[in-house]
Amino acid sequence: MNKISIKTLPEDEYFLGHKGCGGCGGTLVLRWALKVLGVRCFVVVPAGCMSAIGFIYPQMAFGVNAMIAPFAATGAMLSGIAAVVRARGLENVHVVGFAGDGGTADIGLQSLSGALDRREKIIYICYDNEAYMNTGVQRSAATPVGARTTTSPSGQVTFPAVKKDLLRIAAAHGIPYAATASVGHPADFLRKVERAGQIDGPSFLHVFAPCPTGWGCPADRTIALGKSVVETGLWPLVEWDHGRVTINRQPRSFAPLSSYLDEQTRFRGLKPKDIESLMKERDSKWAALHAWVRESTSSAEV
Amino acid sequence: MSTTDFLSGNEAVAQGVRLCRPRVIAAYPITPQTTVVERLSEMVESGELDAQFVHVESEHSALALLMGSAAMGARTFTATSSQGLLYMAECLHYASGGRWPLVMMNANRALALPWNIYGDQSDSLALVSSGWIQAYAESAQEALDMIIQAYAVAEDPNVRTPILINLDGFVLTHTYEAVSIPSQAAVDAFLPPRDLPLGFPGTFNLNQPQSLGVTAGPGDYTVFKYLQHAAMLEAETTIAATATRFAQIFGRGSHGMIESYQAEDAEIVITTLGSIAGTVRMAVDALRAEGIRAGMLRLRYLRPFPCGALADALFGKPRLHTVRAIGVLEKDISFGHQGSVSLEVKAALYEHASRHRSLTIPVINFVAGLGGQSISTEDVIAMYRALEEANQAGQDHDFPHLATPGLTDVRFAGMENFREQDQHQDLA
Repeated sequence: MNKISIKTLPEDEYFLGHKGCGGCGGTLVLRWALKVLGVRCFVVVPAGCMSAIGFIYPQMAFGVNAMIAPFAATGAMLSGIAAVVRARGLENVHVVGFAGDGGTADIGLQSLSGALDRREKIIYICYDNEAYMNTGVQRSAATPVGARTTTSPSGQVTFPAVKKDLLRIAAAHGIPYAATASVGHPADFLRKVERAGQIDGPSFLHVFAPCPTGWGCPADRTIALGKSVVETGLWPLVEWDHGRVTINRQPRSFAPLSSYLDEQTRFRGLKPKDIESLMKERDSKWAALHAWVRESTSSAEV
Repeated sequence: MSTTDFLSGNEAVAQGVRLCRPRVIAAYPITPQTTVVERLSEMVESGELDAQFVHVESEHSALALLMGSAAMGARTFTATSSQGLLYMAECLHYASGGRWPLVMMNANRALALPWNIYGDQSDSLALVSSGWIQAYAESAQEALDMIIQAYAVAEDPNVRTPILINLDGFVLTHTYEAVSIPSQAAVDAFLPPRDLPLGFPGTFNLNQPQSLGVTAGPGDYTVFKYLQHAAMLEAETTIAATATRFAQIFGRGSHGMIESYQAEDAEIVITTLGSIAGTVRMAVDALRAEGIRAGMLRLRYLRPFPCGALADALFGKPRLHTVRAIGVLEKDISFGHQGSVSLEVKAALYEHASRHRSLTIPVINFVAGLGGQSISTEDVIAMYRALEEANQAGQDHDFPHLATPGLTDVRFAGMENFREQDQHQDLA
């Protein structure tokens, strides 16, 4: 199979003419992933932004087979399609889900877990814009500490919130392939989608996807934020492939958090001590990540 | 060649499903449904049934999963009960709106709180407006036959509506009887192929990609809902035609939407549904021996609601005797009003009465069998006697109009268990 790259990315469009906001990171995730996977896809998106902007009868934005799932049921609906693919011995097809962070980390987690547990041959892609955006920016379990939402107006919550680590939750199911990615690093993302498409079993991608509307940043800063979040160390690019963990991008030193935070009104409420604790949290996350890499290297079958 | 076996209601359902050869079965346990999916898992493991048997993580996922499979054009099956059916509730409306021809079995069981695993009809009746065709079986044989017919009806291009087959929990699901099991060849000939044809509405197509389960604004939404309603109404014709065809091939099951027992010349009629009909029949026989003109109408389908067939059975044909009082016996209460089936029946009676400018006749709603409470033949006979009294009252004292608020006649059976001392305690 030819290695996919930005240069060889097909011109075919499979998600076009939708009503997404300017600068939407989530729509980029769908558009790019489908270019990699091609027309023989069965796509499931749950209730949320992508279904609200892509399926408005009679104007359909998908150029592949696609359906909307009940909010909680992306994993289940993918499984139902995968079961028939299995029954009929269909080849060279992909069963792909695109769900937001609320549809994945909150309401859809049970259904995702079931699909991963059963080793369904599916690709599940979570585009993470760190809140419920379709309903107007409410806090999800993937909202970072300190971010203002319409249900956490000060940016503070009354419990020690830690953004759910979806990569490790997925990997803990013992699935073959899971990775994080960012729309700010398209080459890395495309490669991971291609890899996911080669996996015989479930694969899970957790993709950082800025939402200018919800984050309070200019619409042309989506890609820049997708890069700076990686440089600050707040969003590590990591890959779990058959038990082996690889850090795909290791910044030599972390860029100051302000290079990422200051561009977004949602972080306006952060005080210096909050930023201090965000740095501490980032550092402990990286320490845990390095430990995970060491552990996987010593235990993985090579 | 058909064979005869000694089967429980659940086992008969499993046999019926096997003969329909679904591609995908989603399984999640809940009492008293569980033995259905247990038997099916054995059939799949032994190779008797070639199907994908998927262990799902919830009932909600079971139905969502099958919608995915149906979008691929595959025949599917799942079964549930009670809390599980309600946990699916969102997906019930979703599936009917998506017009996927799913077939599901429900073991009718009480709803919490208080927790209770025994049979009543609160679960499916709470979802009577979910857009599913609802059938209620009386016997294991009828359950098996209904399952087979359900696929033919649901997959009819004019219907494309999911079907829920209800069996009373334990009383029917776990009671054994001799059941005739048709041959695979006969069922194969009766049903369409197990895969929907390419291009069937609501299915994917690799050559011509489809967007399914769409969003629609107010104008289009109304049109979609109207079409859904029209298809459900149309289904009554398809159900009848399918039953006739089934009876021609298998030699049984010619009943339409309603089964009538001694109702042709009855003066007092109890309308009911599900397995209690057997007991009602015995009560009718006992009363007939006394010279009392008792009869029964068993609603086999609650959706589409057989308004016309009900009016026809009660008033339509030339009769020697006029129906003077009607009872509705059901295992359900719609709190703050009356039983759900009573509401359905009364609506049909009103339609008839208003068209014919005729007076209404007394209707008593008997709410019985809640949470598995037993209903004896004597109980049912007492219900008929109450109908007779109501009839007398109507003749002697100009029985009050039943639509008058506060005068709805709803009688709860089994209140002898009411404990005075519990009145002041919060039981739930």
